Amino acid sequence: MGILEVKGVNKRFGGLQALGNVNLSVQEGSVHAIIGPNGAGKSTLLNVLVGKLIPDSGSVMFDGQSVLGRKPYEINQMGISRVFQTPEIFGDLTVMENVLIPCFAKRDGSFRMHALESVRHEKAIFEQAEAMLDDVGMLDKRGMHAASMSRGDKRRLEMAMCLVQEPRLLLLDEPTAGMARADTENTILLLKDIRTKRGITMAIIEHDMNVVFSLADRITVLAQGTPLVEDIPENIKGHPKVREAYLGEAQV
Amino acid sequence: MFGLERKDTTLFLVVIAMTMLAPFLLNPFPQGSAMAQFNAGYPDLMQRFVIFGIFAIGFNILFGLTGYLSFGHAAFLGVGSYAAVWMFKLLSYNIVPALILSVIVASLFALVIGYVSLRRSGIYFSILTLAFAQMSFALAYSVFTPLTNGETGLQVYTSDPQYLLGNGPNVTHLFGLEMRSTTTLHLGNWSFDFGVGYYFCAIIMLISFYVAIRIFRSPFGMMLRAIKSNQTRMNYTGLNKRPYTLAAFVISGMYAGLAGGLLACMDPLAGAERMQWTASGEVVIMTILGGAGTLIGPILGAGFIKYFENIFSKINDGVLHSWFSWLPDGIENFVVKVLAPFFGEGWSLSMGLMFMLVVIFLPGGLVEGGRRIGAMFGRGKADPAPAPKPAE
Ligand SMILES: Nc1ncnc2c1ncn2[C@@H]1O[C@H](COP(=O)(O)OP(=O)(O)O)[C@@H](O)[C@H]1O
Ligand SMILES: [Mg+2]
Repeated sequence: MGILEVKGVNKRFGGLQALGNVNLSVQEGSVHAIIGPNGAGKSTLLNVLVGKLIPDSGSVMFDGQSVLGRKPYEINQMGISRVFQTPEIFGDLTVMENVLIPCFAKRDGSFRMHALESVRHEKAIFEQAEAMLDDVGMLDKRGMHAASMSRGDKRRLEMAMCLVQEPRLLLLDEPTAGMARADTENTILLLKDIRTKRGITMAIIEHDMNVVFSLADRITVLAQGTPLVEDIPENIKGHPKVREAYLGEAQV
Repeated sequence: MFGLERKDTTLFLVVIAMTMLAPFLLNPFPQGSAMAQFNAGYPDLMQRFVIFGIFAIGFNILFGLTGYLSFGHAAFLGVGSYAAVWMFKLLSYNIVPALILSVIVASLFALVIGYVSLRRSGIYFSILTLAFAQMSFALAYSVFTPLTNGETGLQVYTSDPQYLLGNGPNVTHLFGLEMRSTTTLHLGNWSFDFGVGYYFCAIIMLISFYVAIRIFRSPFGMMLRAIKSNQTRMNYTGLNKRPYTLAAFVISGMYAGLAGGLLACMDPLAGAERMQWTASGEVVIMTILGGAGTLIGPILGAGFIKYFENIFSKINDGVLHSWFSWLPDGIENFVVKVLAPFFGEGWSLSMGLMFMLVVIFLPGGLVEGGRRIGAMFGRGKADPAPAPKPAE
C-alpha cells in the first residue's frame, strides 16, 4: 500500500474526459513523477488530490483516509503540501513572516484565536522558521518584502513554506515551468537536496521528462487523461508508447 | 513597556500624551482673537474626535488587515447607541451597563451580518454589508419603531421605568461622576476646558488603541494580513480563512458598537440616521485618509474629518469677507465668491477634493505623508557625512 492511493478516478468537463480511470500509487519515501504532454490531465489530477476538484467517480486515499470532499486546508492539515506552478507566497509580508505562518498552521491547526499574544514571544516557532530559512539559504533575506524577490527566490521561499510543515507528501506542479536554464538546474538541485536530506515523499507533475529523469524513483506517463505506463526512469525514456504520446513535441 | 515592542510603546505614549493634553493642544489661539474659530478644544468636539477614533480603529482591524471593505459598519454604531439608550430607559443613567450592552448587541449583530456577508469577497462583500446596513436603517423607521422610536429617535422620558435610578443623577454618569461636568482653566487670554466626558472617552480610546496594537502584533493579526495578501496560499497552508475573517468582522463590529454606545453616553439620544450609508462611508474615508493598515492612521483620519466637519463648516461668507477685507472691494468680492463653495456648507466639497488628492498622491494616507516628510529630513542629515553605523 502506498501513502497515496488513487483508484479508478474519472473527471469530465462537459464532453471532455479529462481523467479516465486513473490509478496511481505513490510509495512512502519515494519521488514519483507524473509526466505527459500538454492537456494530458496532469493539473486536473493534482487538483483532485488537493481538494480543488471533486472527481465524478473513484477514490483517493491518503494514509488510509479518503481526501474526497475535503477542503484544501483540511487536506493540508492531513499532511499534504503543495507547490504551485507560479509560486504562491504572501507577497505583502516579509520572508520571515511567510515561513512563520505555516509554522503556526502546523502547530495550531486551521484556526486559533491567538489575538493578544505577541508573535515575537513565540521563541520555538521563530527558531523553527529561522532554521528552515537557513536550510534553503535565505536567512539573510528574512526581513525582505517577499514580493520584491526574484522568481527563483520566490520558488525557494514557497518550497521552504511547504517543507517547514514537514508534510508527509509534497506535491509539485511543474516546478520549473517558465524558468531559465540556470534556475531550472538550481531547482532540480534543491529538490535533490530535499530528497536526500529529508526523505520527503514527493509527487511531481511535469511536462518535460528531462527535469525529473534524475530525480524520480518512478515515472507515470499520462496521456489523454489515462496512465499509459508506469516504470523506473530508465525504462520510460525509450518506451515506444511514451514516444507516441509525445509525438510532434520536441521534449523527448 | 505594556508588553509592547519599543516602537509601539513610543507610539502609544505619544498618543496618550496627545489625548491627555488635547484641551491645550487644540486650543492654541487666545479667546476672542480672529483665529479663535479654529480652536477645537471644546469637550463636545473632542469627544467626537476620540469616539470616531474608536470607530475607525476598529474598522481598520477589518479593512486594514484583511482587506475586506465593509460599507455597512454604521449599522453597528447605530445599534450600539440604541442599546445604550435602552439601558438608560430601563436601569439608570449609569453608563457602564449601557456600554456593556452596546458592545454585546453590536457583536451579535456583527456575527449574523458577518456570517452571511463573508461568504463573498471583494465588491460582493461590500455590497452585502451595504445592503444589510440600509436594511437596518429602513427597519429602524418601520417595523422596529417600538424599539427605535422611529423618526423621533430614541430618548429617555420621565415616564420610563429606570428601575435603578434611585437618587442617582438625572444625567449620564459613571458611578456618580457626571459626564457633562467641565472645569475651565483661564490663563491670560486663553481658556481651556476639561470635560469629564472627554477624558472618559479618551481613556476608552486609549484602551481600544492598546488592544488594537496587540492584535496587530499577534499571530492572529499576521493571519489577517496573510488573508489580504494571498488567499490561495492561505488555503493551501492549512488555514481556514472563514473564522479568521469572521472574528475580525465581529471585533470591528464591537469597536463600532462601543463608539455608538459612547455617543449615547455623551448625549442620551439615538436616531436611525446614525446607521445611514453616509455614516458607513465616513469611517471608510477616515481610515483611508489616515492610512489603512497602519496603527495611528485611523485616529488621525477621524480627527481630521471631524475637525473639518465642525470647524471648516463654520466659515461662512461673513468670515471670508473679514479675512479678505484688506483687498480692494471688487477683488474681495471676487475672491470670496470663488472660495465660498469650498467653505461653510461646502466643507464636504473641500473634503472630497482633499480625499481625492490623498488617494492619488499619497495612497498610504496621512501616515505615508508623515513618513515621507520624515525621510526628507532624515536624508538631509545623513547624506553629508555617511558615518559607519555602530552596532546596536
Ligand atoms: N476547469 C476546466 N473546465 C473545462 N475544461 C478543463 C478544465 N480544466 C482543464 N480542462 C481541460 O482538461 C484537459 C486536461 O487539462 P490539464 O489537466 O490542465 O492538462 P495538463 O496540466 O496535463 O496540461 C485539457 O483538455 C483542458 O482543456
Ligand atoms: Mg498543467
